[in-house]
Amino acid sequence: MTAQVIKRQNASIFPSKTGAALADGEPAAAACRHCGAPLRPRDAGTGFCCKGCETAFGIVRGLGLDSYYRRRALNPVERALKPETDRPHEDFSAFVISEEDGSQRLHLMVEGIHCAACVWLIESALMRQPNVIAARVNMTTRRLVLSWHGSKSDANTLAAFVESLGYRLIPFDPDLMAGATAARERELLRAMAVAGFAAGNVMLLSVAVWSGFASTMGTATRELLYWFSALIALPAIVYSGWPFYRSAVGALRLGHANMDVPISLAVILASGMSLYETATGGRYAYFDAAVTLLFLLLIGRYLDARARSRARGTAERLVALSGTAATVEDPSGARRMLPPAQLKPGMIIVAMPGERIAADGTVREGTSDIDTSLITGETVPGSVTAGSRVFAGTLNLSGFLRIEVLGAGQATLLAEITRLMETAEQGRARYLAIADRVARIYIPAVHSLAATTFLVWFVALGAPWQAALLNAVAVLIVTCPCALALAVPVVQVVASSRLFGQGILLKSATALERLASIDTVVFDKTGTITDGQPVLIRDPATPPHILATAAALAGASRHPLAQALHRVLPQSKPPAGVTEIPGSGLRAQLAEGEIRLGSRRWCGIDAGGGASSGNQPELWFSEPNRPPVRFAFSDRIRSDARDVIADLAERGYTLEMLSGDRAPAAAAIAAAAGIERFRAGCMPADKTARLCELGEAGHRVLMVGDGLNDAPALAAAHVSMSPSSAAEISQTAADIVFQGSRLTPVLEAIDVARKAQRLVKQNFAVAILYNAAAVPLAMMGLITPLLAALAMSSSSLLVTINALRLARKAP
Amino acid sequence: MDIILYLIPITLFLGVLGLGAFLWALKSGQFEDLEGAARRILFDDDPPPE
Repeated sequence: MTAQVIKRQNASIFPSKTGAALADGEPAAAACRHCGAPLRPRDAGTGFCCKGCETAFGIVRGLGLDSYYRRRALNPVERALKPETDRPHEDFSAFVISEEDGSQRLHLMVEGIHCAACVWLIESALMRQPNVIAARVNMTTRRLVLSWHGSKSDANTLAAFVESLGYRLIPFDPDLMAGATAARERELLRAMAVAGFAAGNVMLLSVAVWSGFASTMGTATRELLYWFSALIALPAIVYSGWPFYRSAVGALRLGHANMDVPISLAVILASGMSLYETATGGRYAYFDAAVTLLFLLLIGRYLDARARSRARGTAERLVALSGTAATVEDPSGARRMLPPAQLKPGMIIVAMPGERIAADGTVREGTSDIDTSLITGETVPGSVTAGSRVFAGTLNLSGFLRIEVLGAGQATLLAEITRLMETAEQGRARYLAIADRVARIYIPAVHSLAATTFLVWFVALGAPWQAALLNAVAVLIVTCPCALALAVPVVQVVASSRLFGQGILLKSATALERLASIDTVVFDKTGTITDGQPVLIRDPATPPHILATAAALAGASRHPLAQALHRVLPQSKPPAGVTEIPGSGLRAQLAEGEIRLGSRRWCGIDAGGGASSGNQPELWFSEPNRPPVRFAFSDRIRSDARDVIADLAERGYTLEMLSGDRAPAAAAIAAAAGIERFRAGCMPADKTARLCELGEAGHRVLMVGDGLNDAPALAAAHVSMSPSSAAEISQTAADIVFQGSRLTPVLEAIDVARKAQRLVKQNFAVAILYNAAAVPLAMMGLITPLLAALAMSSSSLLVTINALRLARKAP
Repeated sequence: MDIILYLIPITLFLGVLGLGAFLWALKSGQFEDLEGAARRILFDDDPPPE
């Protein structure tokens, strides 16, 4: 992909507020010279949006690498290149691997790589550091391998250096991440290479033999060519066929047959028979058919494995990046960063305002507001104080908290959700892929046809057993599911790469097939239909100068409601001397008296009093000698939610919304989005129960959700999707993860799935037609190796070309 | 036709050579990052300072 393609795709698929300014390689006049973010007017003179960017620019320039700024093309979807100066540093030295020669090696995931220039910048900047031996960024996987001479603790210095440029680094254990899939992929590629080499060379010799039949090739020459073919083909068949034999044996051991059984049988019988024919001076040998078959099938397998591992790898990376390290405070007061998995019950963790809480626990000290929307779907933040329970994944908004971690054995919310999810997954009937369903009919049919051929020739027609067996093998070879075994993987590969280009990641192999068969779509509310960001409801009765003062004051807080208020007038600056009282609100001392912004109690109103309360999230603003003013907020639906939902309804899907929020809030959103059926106040178990109910009623449900509370429902649905902003566990549970801020991917995925299903069926029809023509010929003993090769390659080509039609976009 | 007695082994030898080269490239990790490799050629190797 060239930089231009990135730009074009992002512009069309991920519309971004800052996209226009960011997409240009050279920052526009009012953009930060380092990160490219739009500048506030007061920063226009410096050219930088913050101190961190200015420092980073200085470092890059000092290293003589400033050509980076001309070479790069910022990608608006990537994380901005803004150095996080206030972020506590993780301890990287625990992940350092010491090599035998005394050097140190560290594997890191890098967030913030916009284009190849970023790769170049990171590598060149690190190579200019003393003692660094090698720094290599893998652009496909966004991983950095760094090695240096020195001690393990240098890792922190080097990582801090890269982070000061604006990238974010996450250490990982390469053995854990690479796993079995990469090894399997490499095995398939090696097998494919060997099969391709053998197929090409055997085919060269075969062409000579075929033309020899037409002219006057002597028997001795033909036998010599067959022996050479055997010499090339047999080792290749043993080596390249290994993935198929293994899978076939595994399936047979479990008492059922998969597609690999007839493949293995045909390949082994064909080569055995050909060897016998060659040794006894026979006329026909099928070495070329056997190796070509393996080669074609391996192409399909390899592409399939690669597309899937790419999507899964990206999904894993998204999850790993959203995972936060916990800051643990030792009894002595020293703080260190730990991955959440290493937290032990009784540890004290601290959560700064704006940080996600890393573990379930009890607040020991501090007061704050907690945004629980990812857990419960509730949009209004709740306040917590010493003794309150807090849950992992919730966002600490306003105050500093010390939290005692609860044990896994104690009933944590996460444990409860995980238990629900496991139950839901067990309940989900194991879905049988269409290829396997076809194989169940196909395999017995093929094998009985071959057996019939042998018996008819041997018993009824009295042919010698070699001739009868040869005809039976010919039946196995021509029916070998070459087209059939290619039909599904090629369509899958084309479909998943088309979706991948639009930020939709297929995690499960059968997700597309399941998606094509759905009739009901169930949405979660918060974070799925809405984008989880509150917006101010403009009240014309509010005087403009009060709005201006309140919006300015709100700029001092990270509370989502305050930030929503501040977004109304983003240029305004908070007055000097603002203090934030966690759990209550903001206050500032002005010449005419104290102004306050916060909860209704904070502004001196009794719980029930004041203006109509409604059910919306609200903020109150008070000035001396004036009645307090109320600002109400609503959760905004995603920009395209209404259109997507209308399109889905038009296509005949039943739509439903399940929300953990209160009924009035849910009703308002359902009405705004155009969904008639909804349920409010759903606990995680209620959502799962509703999905099971729909499933039992015979519906096939697509569940789209993002919260921790949706995870069991995602697992219980026929197929599930989740945005990449979702809770980690939901992304793990979902079959499909989509990126970006819009809901259109849901529609796109369904469309591609239905088209893919149609193509798969067409391909099956082609394969069956081809068999209907070829099998009678083979049973009559009229198939020659040349005919088999022609029929096999032409049908494979046909299904591949048919599958490629999916790559074309509908006009 | 005696020529094929030389030509076939030569073909095979060359083919095996190509296969060996591919397997070596695979083993030494040259297929790990196709996207990065395609873009890297766009950047000069800046000599380190000093």
